[in-house]
Amino acid sequence: MTPLEQRNLKMGLLFCAPWLIGIVTFLLYPIASALIYSLCDYSVLLPPVYIGAENYRELFTDPLVYKSLWNSVVYATGSVLLSSLVSLSLALLLNTKVRGLAFYRTIFFLPSLMPVVAGSVLFMWLFNGQSGLINAFLAMLGVSGPAWLADPRFAKLAMILMASWGSGHAMVIVLAGLQDVPTALHEAAIIDGATYWDRLWHVTLPMLSPVLYFNVIMGIIGGFQVFTQAFIMTDATGSPERSTLFFVLHLFNVAFQDLRMGYACALACVLFLIILSLTWVLTKVSARFIVYDR
Amino acid sequence: MTGKRKRTGWPRAFLHVPLGVLAMAFLTPLAWLVVSSLEPREQIGKVPPEWLPRGYELTLTSGERLWVTPPERVGTERVLVVPLAGAKSGIPVLVSPDDFSNGELLLRTPQSATSVKERLPAKLIQRVPGYFVSVSESSAANYANQTARRFYVDARQISSRIRLLFANYEQAILALSTETHDPSISLGTLLGKSLLPWTGRGDTSRTVTFLSYLANTLTVALLGMLGTVFSSALAAYGLSRIDWPGRKPLFAVTLATMMVPFPVLMIPLYSLFRSLGWLGTLAPLWVPACCGGAFNIFLLRQFFATIPRELSEAARLDGASEIAIFFRIILPLAKPVLATVALFHFLYVWNDFLGPLIFLTDPDTFTMALGLQQYQSQSGGSEWQFLMAASVLLVAPVVVLFFLTQKTFIRGIATTGIKG
Repeated sequence: MTPLEQRNLKMGLLFCAPWLIGIVTFLLYPIASALIYSLCDYSVLLPPVYIGAENYRELFTDPLVYKSLWNSVVYATGSVLLSSLVSLSLALLLNTKVRGLAFYRTIFFLPSLMPVVAGSVLFMWLFNGQSGLINAFLAMLGVSGPAWLADPRFAKLAMILMASWGSGHAMVIVLAGLQDVPTALHEAAIIDGATYWDRLWHVTLPMLSPVLYFNVIMGIIGGFQVFTQAFIMTDATGSPERSTLFFVLHLFNVAFQDLRMGYACALACVLFLIILSLTWVLTKVSARFIVYDR
Repeated sequence: MTGKRKRTGWPRAFLHVPLGVLAMAFLTPLAWLVVSSLEPREQIGKVPPEWLPRGYELTLTSGERLWVTPPERVGTERVLVVPLAGAKSGIPVLVSPDDFSNGELLLRTPQSATSVKERLPAKLIQRVPGYFVSVSESSAANYANQTARRFYVDARQISSRIRLLFANYEQAILALSTETHDPSISLGTLLGKSLLPWTGRGDTSRTVTFLSYLANTLTVALLGMLGTVFSSALAAYGLSRIDWPGRKPLFAVTLATMMVPFPVLMIPLYSLFRSLGWLGTLAPLWVPACCGGAFNIFLLRQFFATIPRELSEAARLDGASEIAIFFRIILPLAKPVLATVALFHFLYVWNDFLGPLIFLTDPDTFTMALGLQQYQSQSGGSEWQFLMAASVLLVAPVVVLFFLTQKTFIRGIATTGIKG
């Protein structure tokens, strides 16, 4: 190693030292502990006791695991699809050089700033079965609205709708992506006689695919971790009929209500595995459709 | 505008139709939040909903004016009398004119209208003609109060006006405080207690208020902002401007850490902080941030990579150390991105709920978001006007911050996607 290389190694380590300490203390150590605790009976109050794969065996027979996993899958899928659709539509509408772009962008973006706690309280009020604004609007159209958060068939949908209200964040990302699509491509397509929809399908969407992929991945990772909304709107119970008992809410209750930290760690490891494999599968599947051509 | 119709068959101005509808849809929940927070309780939950916070003002013959509940028709002629003896002595009752004559009130048993239970001496207060209306005093504080005065008056004495009930905010702040909700305590007294802790000395119970929540949130946000901006910038520099063997793998690891879900870490972190004695303190919420954050490092690295290498080379030839280059050249250039990182971290702290929920055990240390949730959970879905007011208090700072820093914001978010 030359003196310069030695110096650079020292400097690199020095600059990255806080971050390296952070990765080890607040990331690698917790992940390793989670794996170990998942093989233990652990209540925090007493030291962990090794019980082998008992937690994982229990996990497969726990009906609440299946129920909550299903709830999270429905929520993550629904919210990712709806939010992607909404953010893409908004961005396409705004990318037309329409007047007042900044004005509309601000309006669409604002709701995504809403702290989830405040948003949940607000949407409990909006979705109120008797006197909520949403049912009042539906009544105006002659539809008698459901009880939303009190109806097991509609509670998840209500939360998905609430998530789509926060699509403004993704919209800003998509809009930036749209503005990066070279105009030359569009001009060439127009000369070839392509309609707006042709160009959307053959130029815009392929050029936008990395951005959409980023939003979908982030949406799925976030969707599987949905917790706060359900915790607040159902007072941690996942009511009605456990239709909003999401995986992380179940995990939280197991850990901090039942104080079964070992079992909760097993649930956490399963969650990690699911998110990792989903990301991997999505990357593999989407590789064919994504155009990285910049 | 009209000159640009070449590309599509429709004038571009038509786009304002879908955009306007969508804008309405996005704004309505926010508008409803603000409107609900200013409405008197009688208006909350009305079907169909009322968008204008409206109150009824009663002008008494004495000239006194006061806010009252929506008027209800009395219907048939009544008399308002006060029994002078018996269990209900002194409490005014509204009875049919047939039941009161010559200073004597016939009290009937509730089940049957014919059997007379008692005959009591009574005094006439007022004859209430059938076209009169009944109202009672209305203020944010006295809803649950049985002592609210009730009036039977001519409808012409009542006028309807816009009434923005800012007192809801006062009530919300009082309710957010963990002290028992007592309408007789004034806001000033309560805030004074929390500002001047020594005035409460001798009290065994400490007063926790809205202001402590605010102070806690700001403490976590400011310490974390300073820590994460500095550490993330250091790491980003090490990852982008120094050639060392660990650089590429560490950057890959950094990106990968963004995918680790917090629920996976929370139990080991809980037990780690527990053994450090940090549970119930603010430390778990800001100390980890001082090691930097993957997302921030990524954002800063992308920016540092665009700064020409020659700039550092020149400084190096002049004998500047790596640390001097970092502080004197790179950081000043990166001010806008550092601001973005600080802003995002502030928002993260302000909105964070799961962290405070797990690590904070003592109401003294609650953050704003946790305080709101605690209040919401105790109120059990009633008094929506106070809940909405409390929510506005949580949202308003974020909205103000957004309008002050709009450019930094939009640019910061846009960068995350493009290069992702």
